[in-house]
Amino acid sequence: MTIDMSQFYQVFFDEADELLAEMEKLLLALDVSAPDSEDLNAIFRAAHSIKGGAATFAFTDITEVTHMLESLLDRIRKGEMALTPEHVDVFLVAKDVLTMQMDGHHHGSSVDQEAVDSVCQRLKALSQGITANVPAAAPGTTPDAAAPEPVVPMAAPVADADGNYHFRIELPEVPQKDVDALAAELGLLGSINQETLADKRAVFTLVTSEGQDSIVAICSFVLDPDDLRITHGDAPVIPQASTPAGAAAQPPADDPGYGIFEPEKTGTASPAAPAAAAPNADQAPASAPAGEAKNWGRRATDKEGASQESSSIRVGVEKVDQLINLVGELVITQAMIEQRINALDPIAHERLLNSASQLARNTRDLQEAVMSIRMMPMDYVFSRFPRMVRDLAAKLGKKVEFVTRGAATELDKGLIERIVDPLTHLVRNSVDHGIEMPEMRRAKNKDEAGKLTLSAAHQGGNIVIEVSDDGGGLNRDRILAKAKQQGLSVSDTMPDADVWQLIFAPGFSTAEVVTDVSGRGVGMDVVKRNITAMGGTVEIRSVPGSGTTIAISLPLTLAILDGMSVKVGEEVYILPLGYVIESLQPAAADVKEIAGQGQVVKIREEYLPLIPLYQIFAIEPNFTDPSQGIVVILEADGKKAALLVDGLVGQQQVVVKNLESNFRKVAGISGATILGDGGVSLILDVSALLRSSRQLNADPVFF
Amino acid sequence: MSYTTQTQTSLQAAGESAGNEFLAFTLGKEEYGIDILRVQEIRGYEPVTRIANSPDFIKGVVNLRGIIVPVVDMRIKFNLGTPTYDQFTVVIILNIAGRVMGMVVDSVSDVTTLSPEQVKPAPEMGTTFDSDYLIGLGTLNERMLILVDIDKLMSSAEMGLIEKIAA
Repeated sequence: MTIDMSQFYQVFFDEADELLAEMEKLLLALDVSAPDSEDLNAIFRAAHSIKGGAATFAFTDITEVTHMLESLLDRIRKGEMALTPEHVDVFLVAKDVLTMQMDGHHHGSSVDQEAVDSVCQRLKALSQGITANVPAAAPGTTPDAAAPEPVVPMAAPVADADGNYHFRIELPEVPQKDVDALAAELGLLGSINQETLADKRAVFTLVTSEGQDSIVAICSFVLDPDDLRITHGDAPVIPQASTPAGAAAQPPADDPGYGIFEPEKTGTASPAAPAAAAPNADQAPASAPAGEAKNWGRRATDKEGASQESSSIRVGVEKVDQLINLVGELVITQAMIEQRINALDPIAHERLLNSASQLARNTRDLQEAVMSIRMMPMDYVFSRFPRMVRDLAAKLGKKVEFVTRGAATELDKGLIERIVDPLTHLVRNSVDHGIEMPEMRRAKNKDEAGKLTLSAAHQGGNIVIEVSDDGGGLNRDRILAKAKQQGLSVSDTMPDADVWQLIFAPGFSTAEVVTDVSGRGVGMDVVKRNITAMGGTVEIRSVPGSGTTIAISLPLTLAILDGMSVKVGEEVYILPLGYVIESLQPAAADVKEIAGQGQVVKIREEYLPLIPLYQIFAIEPNFTDPSQGIVVILEADGKKAALLVDGLVGQQQVVVKNLESNFRKVAGISGATILGDGGVSLILDVSALLRSSRQLNADPVFF
Repeated sequence: MSYTTQTQTSLQAAGESAGNEFLAFTLGKEEYGIDILRVQEIRGYEPVTRIANSPDFIKGVVNLRGIIVPVVDMRIKFNLGTPTYDQFTVVIILNIAGRVMGMVVDSVSDVTTLSPEQVKPAPEMGTTFDSDYLIGLGTLNERMLILVDIDKLMSSAEMGLIEKIAA
């Protein structure tokens, strides 16, 4: 029976995504001059886990890249190689490539094979380059005595005429049955010879076309690959010449791949090869302490990592939503019980009343607890910015210090996902336009490195996210000049806050140079629109010369909306309160007919198009005359209109339900909600209504 | 999701060999049958919230324990019987490919098991349903059930219940 692996794909992709994000975070936090060995181990583990998963699902391209990444990381974490900024860069690029490959497998998006090849090349180059660098760092060895790595994955093994490599594999002390098992396994790769050393350790000589990695992979089932010593050569092995593993010093530097004939030189082991030294500490005492300490450290953190993993579980969003729905039902039911009970005599039914109030309390607690499941820390969003800022700053030749605050602030998962794009845009803008070039900052007596702060905090029922920089600030005059040039209605005496809002107008950019980062003027209007769609607001504070702060205020959860219920005929609709400016009954004289264009209403010296809701939704209204009904003035995307309804019902918080989960999208409707009586009411899509109002008369049917 | 679909298909496959269970209901004078595994529950008719500018057979949406569910009236859709709504009007709640929807019918009679031999291929004419949406005709003593492929019918563009086809 074959197992359908595809059902496990999602798990792998989810996990790999998390691991990649984790890896990136760690890489960025890494102090290149003094890397924390625990972080290096964590990065290595992430690469390793992805490789394992990818291999299981036969995603060979991912396996290849992770493998190279892993072997390079392995050498760095063992201290065989010094970490350089170049490494970090290549690792980050490799991470991007992996993400791309992952998407390729997951969503079938295209994979840029050139990028994959280039990162493989760079990884390979880095791991090969090291043989030249290490000897210099190895004290106690003569300059011409290169210290060969005990595990040299990429150091160009010499193939014989048949394309076979000759490997010599020294095992640590293991039980005979394991040696036999390994011999049998390795025998599958090619022809194998087995010898036993004086100290009872087994040595294989293997002639195979496979790479060294295959050998390590096979051996790792039985023993720690770190304890393994693999060398290769193009000549038959002479086992008598071999030495205890720790003493690793090899005179002929002109033959780096030829690590077989190692003269016995006790006490000259290089600290650059600690991993090899550790298992043989008794034979190479001089090299032992450092190597051992490192190795123990690594094992300890492995264990720690394992114990952390079990502290959370992965649950599908549908399950959580179902839970929230059920609790919502429970709350309604509880409210119904409470209503019935209030009609009872409180003295005769005291105990029932007590139980009911306890039920009310428990229900409320339960609801709060369940709602909190959907909440996620802002860190989920913030963590992707350090990388972006770093790359962007490097590209623009700026220096930026990036600070985040309040990353633990929690926000609804739905909002978290939707805030990413607008925030990305704002951060880009700040780096590109806000923060000045280092020279300019110096000239202004500022710190060369600009400071970009991303913060999140709760304020009442809202969350406020701020992007603030200490750059040049917005230029009032230039914005005004640009606005005039674009024909926007502005005056020189406008308050600052109004001037700043101008940058949200479509197509507005004051950047002198259009870069590929920003400056095309598309974007700020999209940012504003996205945030308004989430029920939020954007506010700008800017002081010339000392910086700009853009504050986004969002409701804590998408699930709840402040709504105004309006009535047309027998039907009740909900208007999101954020769009409503005012509501009034116009005088008959203020309603004007425009031939072929419908009606307009004159409100505060402004003529607004009238949108009769009954006409759009084909409802039998109580009033068709605006001066008898009520008009609600709505504003969306900078446009105003008057919506004609029969009357206002009230204002309430409603729980937003998705209409599309069981039905399709309905034009003019953004969602639905359940009213107190259990009935359904539809939430109006105000922006769509306003957009449609312009074509209303040309095409009376709403579609 | 994919798991659920798989289970359903395998159940269906298993059911087809051993005989399928069908829920029988009437529309006008005709008796219909649908796969019982697609039926989530059967409810009385509750007032719906009308959705503007949708075809008249889409009655609107109702609140089913916190989920918004569209309700279609088969009697209007297929011009069978008179659409009256009283305490005897029945709504069959279906779960098709993870989507929940309600279907108004005249009445629900029973659940019957039909072996493959009892299911005859549908003739090209004679029913209101397009034969594309028919599995066949089920014969049970004197009764004849028109077996409807409810998955196909409900996800068809004609019903306009599902986004991608409707758009």
